[in-house]
Amino acid sequence: MSIQPVPTSSRTTRTELAELNALESESIHIIREVIAEFDRPALLFSGGKDSIVMLHLAIKAVRPAILPFPIVHIDTGHNFPEAIEYRDRTVEKLGIQLVVGSVQEALDTGRIAQSTDPGGSRNRLQTPVLLDVIRKNKFGAVFGGARRDEERARAKERVYSFRDEFGQWDPKNQRPEVWNLYNGFINSGQHIRVFPLSNWTELDIWRYIAAQKLEIPSIYFAHEREVFERDGMYMAVSPFLQPEPHETAQTMSVRFRTVGDMTSTAAVPSKAATIEEVVAEIGATRTSERGQSRADDRASEAAMEDRKREGYF
Amino acid sequence: MELLRIATAGSVDDGKSTLIGRLLFDSKAIEDDVLSAAESVSRRQSNEYLNLALLTDGLRAEREQGITIDVAYRYFGTAQRKFILADTPGHVQYTRNMVTGASTADVALIIVDARNGVVEQSLRHAVIAALLGIRHVVVCINKMDLVDFSEEVFATIKRQFETFLDDLKVDCAHFVPVSALIGDNVVEPSERMPWYTDGPLLRHLEQLEIGRTPADDALRLPVQYVIRPLKGEYHDYRGYAGSIRSGVVRVGQQIGILPQGKTSRITAIETPDGEADEAAWPTAVTVRIKDDIDISRGDLICAADGVPRVSKSFDATVCWMSESKDLTQGSMLRIKHTTRTGRAMITALHSRIDVATLSAETGCNALKLNEIGRVSIKTSLPIVYDDYTVNRVTGSFILIDEATNETVAAGMIGKPAFGNFDSED
Repeated sequence: MSIQPVPTSSRTTRTELAELNALESESIHIIREVIAEFDRPALLFSGGKDSIVMLHLAIKAVRPAILPFPIVHIDTGHNFPEAIEYRDRTVEKLGIQLVVGSVQEALDTGRIAQSTDPGGSRNRLQTPVLLDVIRKNKFGAVFGGARRDEERARAKERVYSFRDEFGQWDPKNQRPEVWNLYNGFINSGQHIRVFPLSNWTELDIWRYIAAQKLEIPSIYFAHEREVFERDGMYMAVSPFLQPEPHETAQTMSVRFRTVGDMTSTAAVPSKAATIEEVVAEIGATRTSERGQSRADDRASEAAMEDRKREGYF
Repeated sequence: MELLRIATAGSVDDGKSTLIGRLLFDSKAIEDDVLSAAESVSRRQSNEYLNLALLTDGLRAEREQGITIDVAYRYFGTAQRKFILADTPGHVQYTRNMVTGASTADVALIIVDARNGVVEQSLRHAVIAALLGIRHVVVCINKMDLVDFSEEVFATIKRQFETFLDDLKVDCAHFVPVSALIGDNVVEPSERMPWYTDGPLLRHLEQLEIGRTPADDALRLPVQYVIRPLKGEYHDYRGYAGSIRSGVVRVGQQIGILPQGKTSRITAIETPDGEADEAAWPTAVTVRIKDDIDISRGDLICAADGVPRVSKSFDATVCWMSESKDLTQGSMLRIKHTTRTGRAMITALHSRIDVATLSAETGCNALKLNEIGRVSIKTSLPIVYDDYTVNRVTGSFILIDEATNETVAAGMIGKPAFGNFDSED
């Protein structure tokens, strides 16, 4: 949830690097445990910064072999074109298998009903689609890029998060997780969500992207975009979301702090055009990542917990 | 300073979550939007003060009941150092979640209500912290505002707790009188307790020296899996992937491979940054060796001198964590130890540890939820281990119920550092 702005000058780069190295090794350890213990893992990939880091770590974990499992994208149909383009280019470049779960297709076939959420957000609709993909492909372990610092319900979740036959998370009855001994035993139909980035903060992710020179979608950097203000957040004008008559669109310099569905991810005013500038901006911010840019978390006090219980990411 | 991992502990209503909230709030580690959300909820509940526990109790059920059910992890930093804080529950019922939070900690932060003094749950948590090998204990005597900031109250509780920690062989103990509610001695020094001159809690945590790290110990590299890329240029490549859980590995180093009892030399080390001549704890590596030896997941690469023990039977201390079943002599379970998974049988239940007196109660037939006991275990596969007091990774294991797949015990091989358990031999 929280990162205090730390003046970069007062801490040595060597300490920061040692911290990133320790986080990197911890994540690789977790990924390797899963590869060794599960027949059919998969990695959730949205084209967002966390899943980009996670994929990079998975590739390091198996090097020089190639990734022995597919990546999964739950496509809401309301994506940022830059994220989709990044996804397809990554799959092509790495020669890995991509499994897509389509919210639009599930709507078309009547598997799920049109969203009644404000702004037509398809955020919640991703859950049944994700669970269908997991069931159909018999994935026993699914890597997710969630971090504990993002949100207080996530702060409670285990690295190996057990899901029952219905994909549900039971936060009051989690398996004890002692030392680094992860319990991956499940029965058929159940699965484990694995969060290798549990102990990373948002700032760690950005520092790592900078240190490893990872390519990320262009919308993470400042650019001119037509936005309008809604509930104190700047939403991008898109074919999926238009301003209401009382709302005015304006063009301003923004970037995205998170990348999700276009209808639920807000832009932040920013001039940070390079990775170094983004790291500095994140280091100095007084607003949380999800609070500043995710409309989906504002539904209620326990919006994230409620969605996670149902099987959300 | 290096990263510090802290686990909180203490009885319910001693104000743990409030203290953590205060620590985060006063060190400005709470973002503005998170704070204003907590403030508006606090107003709705007509709280007289901002309810700081709202900042850490992340589950609906926790906020409803005003208790902490499961461990929450917090990440914050000051100009001095970065912290990972595990806020663990105080209820006896949720002790297993406290064990989860404390198992990876460097420091145990034990909170005591100044009005109640040391209660059984504070002792239980101190015992668990000592069992888990946490060398640093910081005792926060909280709610000093409710005892008129009395030096005498503080001194009495300190004396009482110090004696107990001495018995637990915890040598790095520090005591701070605080009021989490009004913020005295958490981040800022207290004007109301001029008699206390050792500084606020945060300053102590910033300056605390962890001391010895696993990098100083003998090499232990449990193999997670074997990398065999099935592509042209790597036709003969066979790499052993695993994390260095202690010590250092070097190219050319003579190593032992257990339980095979073979020796070889390291010929190449791959780290996350690429090829290297040397790598140390806690790096995830892939090593290659000189000789063609059958090695697979669960085997251990170690320093050729100072090898661990290999056995299918050993004694251990276990924290039992199952609600539905008891541990008894003859219990059949799964065991996960380093990267090795097998079956385990409890061949003897020697005693239950009384957390108040640290004595071993012999003659018990079963361990129930949250009880700690001494057992003998026999395993289906040889286990390559050190005593837990020597190595926290090769000395620890979990037991898993074969029917429910639940994790039912946390185990530590060998004898605890404290107490007298000689009679069981």
